[in-house]
Amino acid sequence: MKFYVPPQIPRLALAFGLFITLFLVLRHFLVPDTFGKYGHYRAASLIDNTLPEIHYAGQQACFVCHQDIEDKKAQDVHSDIHCETCHGPGEKHVVNSKVEKILKPTGREFCGSCHALNAAKLKSAIFQIDLYKHNIGKNCIECHNPHQPWEMKK
Amino acid sequence: MEPHYQHLYDILAHSQGYIFPNEIDLQWGILIVVYPFITGLVAGAFILASLERVFKVKILKPTYQIALLTALSFLLVATMPLISHLSQPQRAYEIMITPHSSSAMAIFGFVYLWYLMVVLLLEIWFDYRHSMVVWANEKSGIMRWVYKILTLGVNDISPRTVKWDRKLGYIITVVGIPSAFILHGYVGFIFGSIKANPWWSTPLMPIIFLFSAMVSGISLVLLVYMIISYFRKQIIDLNVLDSIGKYLFFVLILDFTLEGLDQIQRIYEAGESFEILKLLVSSKLYLTLFVSQGLIGTIIPLVTLAFLQFYKHQIKVRKTMYFIIGILVLIGVYSMRWNVVIGGQLFSKSFAGFTSFKVGLIGLDGTLMAIFWLILPIGILAFLLWLLPPWKMVKEED
Amino acid sequence: MSQSTSTMGNEKVVSSRRKFLKTAATIAGATIGYSWLKSSQVLLHAAEPKNESLPWYGIVIDIQKCIGCGNCAKACKNENDVPKEPFFFRTWIEQYTVKNDGSVDIVSPNGGIDGFEQRVPTEDIFKSFFVPKMCNHCSKSPCTQVCPVGATYEGPEGVVLIDEKYCIGCRYCVQACPYGCRFIHPVKKVANKCTLCYHRLKKGLAPACMEVCPTGARMYGNLRDKNSEIVKFLKEHTTQVLRPHLNTGSKLYYNALSSEVR
Repeated sequence: MKFYVPPQIPRLALAFGLFITLFLVLRHFLVPDTFGKYGHYRAASLIDNTLPEIHYAGQQACFVCHQDIEDKKAQDVHSDIHCETCHGPGEKHVVNSKVEKILKPTGREFCGSCHALNAAKLKSAIFQIDLYKHNIGKNCIECHNPHQPWEMKK
Repeated sequence: MEPHYQHLYDILAHSQGYIFPNEIDLQWGILIVVYPFITGLVAGAFILASLERVFKVKILKPTYQIALLTALSFLLVATMPLISHLSQPQRAYEIMITPHSSSAMAIFGFVYLWYLMVVLLLEIWFDYRHSMVVWANEKSGIMRWVYKILTLGVNDISPRTVKWDRKLGYIITVVGIPSAFILHGYVGFIFGSIKANPWWSTPLMPIIFLFSAMVSGISLVLLVYMIISYFRKQIIDLNVLDSIGKYLFFVLILDFTLEGLDQIQRIYEAGESFEILKLLVSSKLYLTLFVSQGLIGTIIPLVTLAFLQFYKHQIKVRKTMYFIIGILVLIGVYSMRWNVVIGGQLFSKSFAGFTSFKVGLIGLDGTLMAIFWLILPIGILAFLLWLLPPWKMVKEED
Repeated sequence: MSQSTSTMGNEKVVSSRRKFLKTAATIAGATIGYSWLKSSQVLLHAAEPKNESLPWYGIVIDIQKCIGCGNCAKACKNENDVPKEPFFFRTWIEQYTVKNDGSVDIVSPNGGIDGFEQRVPTEDIFKSFFVPKMCNHCSKSPCTQVCPVGATYEGPEGVVLIDEKYCIGCRYCVQACPYGCRFIHPVKKVANKCTLCYHRLKKGLAPACMEVCPTGARMYGNLRDKNSEIVKFLKEHTTQVLRPHLNTGSKLYYNALSSEVR
């Protein structure tokens, strides 16, 4: 006696087979080339992540031209503060110093962003000033040289 | 194209306490509320149909095909709210070609496909094949070809082959029950596995989702059965309603107990997130949790269903009550989805504050879109009922 | 105890009990011995991947040094083209103020970019401190775990990155991050987060936030190199990660972290 196979089964097997094959073919063409090289991700994405342009040049780039400031800064308490902390992103200025200028912030508010009194700042972490009492009406840089704060201007 | 931030400033003005700055914008909106709601309806409707078949509950026979077709029409739409909420919907296919094995969401794609292709479509196909062959011979023109294609060319309607339809269909049903459990359990797991979110992260989440799914699916089939009978001018069989009502009653008790257990556990353990969650349920979720989900969606239907177990007079009153219960339960389950999805995002992960949520009307993530995805399955169901009318099927001997 | 049972004349019970005790003692002993030998295995820590020639980055933030100037958050937005609106931050600063009555006031106006104005009267302050936040670059990161397509991943250097060309924008990672470090970029429409300025690291530059920090409150370095500055710091200080109970394998270590911080 021949083993009976109901006609539904081969037909459904064919339909599912077609469906799965189609899926596998599509998958083959759609999966990105470098996917799974290092892990479950597109390895090329590692390179993509290095592509954005930098905006902050890093202070070594500044010192190439501004050796004098480096020397000045080194003598005082602002020595560890990098140029772009106050002067803002400088990469464009490094590339094209004629056209692109950097920030030269002035004003009590700006210095206060670090030096204003706040209970959350440790005394050991930063020298703090009560902006509402200390030489009101005067600009900080009238007395202090920002690159050498304790070299008081006369 | 510059995005508009005004609505974010509005939300910022309404936030309370401290929230992480990135949390002001709610990530998952109303569409993600609709998504587990629809999936739940599918799983619930299917489980009701399977009950009839596997446990041979004769009385539910008139609802069997209705439940299956309801499940199918909602399942076809189930992924749409998900896809339409993506910010890169054109990349949705990636989830199938490079699924990340540790992601609940990626595996859901396959659970979904399995359930659609292997369970629902096959079961319906086996169930309708005999009738479709007959219809193909009766009809002419394009409909003849539609049915011919739907049979996949298997035209054999000898008793032996037809018997195999039933045998294979039975096997699929048996496979289908755990599949339906997995399908909706998995939806619960998508939320339950997020350890960063204490409102979601509970091992009970998949089970709670499953039982509320069953509750909502059963209610939906109850409603669909009543509405179809109304349009076909058929008398609604009260025995069917009573029988569905009994199942609804028991599953609702289970659902209520599980959700109660979950909350009691939370309250008793009172972990680091307790204070913020307490504030959440007593303020932001008060209406949707206690009133909409608890009172309207659970307590009132439970009491009414208990009452209907004893009260056996006044057929018209009972039918009306069943209809109202069905609607109330659906409102309750929808609110439950809302409370989980939206509730889980209203409090900050800093546990120190709340953001606020105002659902928009238009746009890809708006109310109109959500309503559309809820109405579409009803349209599909109407079409399926026209294409594959259960009442015109070829009667078979048992 | 076995003595008293033997006087009851039931040798069989005794011998089987003795056997049981022996087995139990062996198992217990072995378990204790094993757990002692393997004790470090159950600690919550960021497990360093082996046999790699690349550095494996970690971060230290010293809360005692942070003065809340906001330069880091500002520089981050400049460097990484993050919209200036106060809803999107790869890094931000929080100010915690514990009051004398024990309640905690937390603020982060515009992520700290515009600085902080103390709103609690001085006489009510028990203590106050700043906490800079950024991606923890977890080694068991919940965000990469849930990404359905592999569009976010931990790179070979231990930096958690995003594939902007592959992200589908499902926002699951945003939900999964316990630290609130992720957001959907409103223009690019994909997930966005701190990359530890991967593009700068690869050019030998420090991350923008660390380049501009005036007090050196932030530090990054190679955890693999046991002589590196960061490893030295970790040895000499009592550091803590955020939410250690979530076992995210965070590689962002805070010095002097207070228990109020989430």
